Amino acid sequence: MLCFKVIRNFSLWSSVPLGQLDPMSGVVAQYEADDFPQKVNLGVNTYRDNNGNPVVLESVTKALQIVREKKLDNEYPPIEGLQSFIEAAIKVGYGESYYAKNSKNIAGCQVLSGTGAVRLGFEFLNKFVPSGTKVFVPNPTKNIHPIIAKMAGLQSQEYRYFDPITRQVDFSGLSEDLYSAPNGSIVLLHACSHNPTGCDLELYQWKQILDLTKQKQILPFFDMTYQGFTSGDLEKDAQAIRLFTEAGVPIILGQSFDKNMGLSGQRTGCLSLVCSNEKEKQIVVSQLNLIARSLWSCPPVHGARIVETVLNNPEIFQLWLSELRIMAQRMKKMRVSFTKALKDIGSPHDWSYISKQFGMYSLTGIGPAQIKELVEKYHIYLLNNGGISIAGLNESNIKYVAKAFHEVTKHKII
Amino acid sequence: MQKLQLLQNQFNPTSDDIFFHIVQAPPDPIFGIANAYKADTSSTKIDLGVGAYRTDEEKPYVFEIIKKLEKEIVNDPTLNKEYLPIEGLADFNKGCQKLMFGQNSPLIASGQIVTAQCLGGTGALRVGFEFVKRHIPGDVYVSKPTWSNHNQVIERAGLNQFEYPYFEPKTKGFNCAGTIECLSQARMGSIVLLHVCAHNPTGVDPTEAEWLQIADVCKKRRLVPFFDCAYQGFASGCIEKDVFAVRKFAELGFQMIVAQSFSKNMGLYNERVGAVHIVTSNKDISARVLSNLKIVIRTICSNPPAIGARIAAKILTDEKNFNAWVEELKTVTGRIIKMRTLLKQELDNLKVPGNWDHITRQTGFFTFTGLTPEQCDLLTKQYHVYLLRSGRMSMAGITSKNVRYLAESIKAVVQNK
Repeated sequence: MLCFKVIRNFSLWSSVPLGQLDPMSGVVAQYEADDFPQKVNLGVNTYRDNNGNPVVLESVTKALQIVREKKLDNEYPPIEGLQSFIEAAIKVGYGESYYAKNSKNIAGCQVLSGTGAVRLGFEFLNKFVPSGTKVFVPNPTKNIHPIIAKMAGLQSQEYRYFDPITRQVDFSGLSEDLYSAPNGSIVLLHACSHNPTGCDLELYQWKQILDLTKQKQILPFFDMTYQGFTSGDLEKDAQAIRLFTEAGVPIILGQSFDKNMGLSGQRTGCLSLVCSNEKEKQIVVSQLNLIARSLWSCPPVHGARIVETVLNNPEIFQLWLSELRIMAQRMKKMRVSFTKALKDIGSPHDWSYISKQFGMYSLTGIGPAQIKELVEKYHIYLLNNGGISIAGLNESNIKYVAKAFHEVTKHKII
Repeated sequence: MQKLQLLQNQFNPTSDDIFFHIVQAPPDPIFGIANAYKADTSSTKIDLGVGAYRTDEEKPYVFEIIKKLEKEIVNDPTLNKEYLPIEGLADFNKGCQKLMFGQNSPLIASGQIVTAQCLGGTGALRVGFEFVKRHIPGDVYVSKPTWSNHNQVIERAGLNQFEYPYFEPKTKGFNCAGTIECLSQARMGSIVLLHVCAHNPTGVDPTEAEWLQIADVCKKRRLVPFFDCAYQGFASGCIEKDVFAVRKFAELGFQMIVAQSFSKNMGLYNERVGAVHIVTSNKDISARVLSNLKIVIRTICSNPPAIGARIAAKILTDEKNFNAWVEELKTVTGRIIKMRTLLKQELDNLKVPGNWDHITRQTGFFTFTGLTPEQCDLLTKQYHVYLLRSGRMSMAGITSKNVRYLAESIKAVVQNK
């Protein structure tokens, strides 16, 4: 029997087109390759301190020390992940008093950060909501939200969120769009630090969305990637969660510990669903497990062990809170300073929206030609949607960046 | 009344209870057994369910080299906890390519291998099949039997699946003729899922000559080989020999997919360390393939977890670490082989009815015992021996202390009227 070498005159993959990715794509690589001494990375997607360095939190270091001393093995965790992590995550996400009364009804599953929460959540919803149910996502939102919806088999549609003229939330547009959505629709909501705009809803606006939710039997899916990282206050940043759950509305919550614990590389998140009772919770967990088994079998434990330790050790928890406040305050300070620097340099534009927003990102309205100029002339790297990451600003570079922004925008309408 | 019941089984958007209609999913066949074992309070219980290595003291085992390297990584101040690239750690990916395809594989130099770090073997399979669905959709042929999660992953990826008759119950060996016959009827462009070595659950692998026959039918029918490699090192005890099939198919010029797991052979079960490789015909196509693979990964987890890959990379790219790992792996696989011998001896000594040669003939973690589901149930309920109802037994759970009891229990259920 002869076995011929397969003739390689056809390619299995020749019809595969080049895939397009999100605004982050390529920015980091370009920045890294640049050797200009004053280069600035405003596309950075994790926290930087005032020296422009990534930060390993002291609370995380202490927690890791405790974990290592336990000399744990590397056995498979359950499909749903570490129970102690899930409980701790749910407690911080939903708040102590709600947790104390309702923990038995909350179905939780450890996932691969915020992305994993959305993927598992959407796959679950696709399986159990009536076919044709859409996911409504804010315009704009993280690039991958509608793509994940599609991968999970759900149709998505945008609701108005950001007003590019006022650079604030277009609340009347939002209300109109959600009101005209079909009853029973899934609505994705950013709990805090809206990505990519930085525009968050105020409490009175959340209350109106709550009314709308009840009226239209909306399924609210909260993406909470930045709890504590937004204002420095865990409770304040979760105010929407508190409001909806106290009102008895069953929510779906995706949590990530990438940013607020600086654990991006370990991919630690939690997906939870509020159920009617404990039996239902067990049923929902069993179904989440079925889906998770075919995505990743079980989640990685390293990050979860750290998070669980931070959240459950009172001393380390307090330390973490203080570190959260430092990070949130630094970003707020940079927002205010940047706005002032642009004003001082005589920019004809109103940049005050930057200081009114929250969290890591801001959408500037800067266009592709100006983004190119910023890179080529000033070695300042933005996201390719015109967004900037506030974490990339610091006291050393803020004036330089303000000057550059002024130069590229002074004769333009943005 | 009936109408009311009907309504209760459907999603009712106006109801307060939106999850009311959802039914309990069955426990996972493998994780479910692990849970049942944990809950069992008997002092004689034996865990032969999940494929996780145990020492002769029935304890989980963390490789010494892993402990050493993890400590180095954790104490390295230059390593922050930032995001990895979507496709994972470059060093890790390079190391995986060399381990799978050979240090000097020309395919590595020519840029024909697209590699991405994935969430263990499951993650690699899911990413691979999602990619298949999107770009080269076709029917998937899986071995009968196969690992239970294969079917779930393929189904969730939205692909049709068929079985090829892999295991011959009469000989308890590989059914080569049946496999070839079945695959020769497959539609052109179908995908064939092949276990590289230490087939799960049967422990039965094709010989080198039989692999060539499989390659031949794949070539004739333009079938796309999709290799699952979760046990490199566990079959023959030689890591190069164990991946003969992948290297041979690569040499023969196949474009194919390989899922690689380090859960078992590095004992990194809980850090989800794996890789998917796609072999293309040239590096330009590789670039396009990678960009699309990244989209699949991005929509599952954005980017993979770092710690496990960092540890594995240190093993795969450093000669000293690599040799230390290979030595430890030999000890681990050696113990499993020894347990096979011991169990066979005990069964022979007890004159248990039946032919038990397959226990030492089969390779890897598992033995397909040939016990019926009813016999397995009895083994569990009466003797507290946990295994899969398919008769699959994880040899890694046998110890020199429990092997006699295990043989006696098997004798009892086999002779049970």
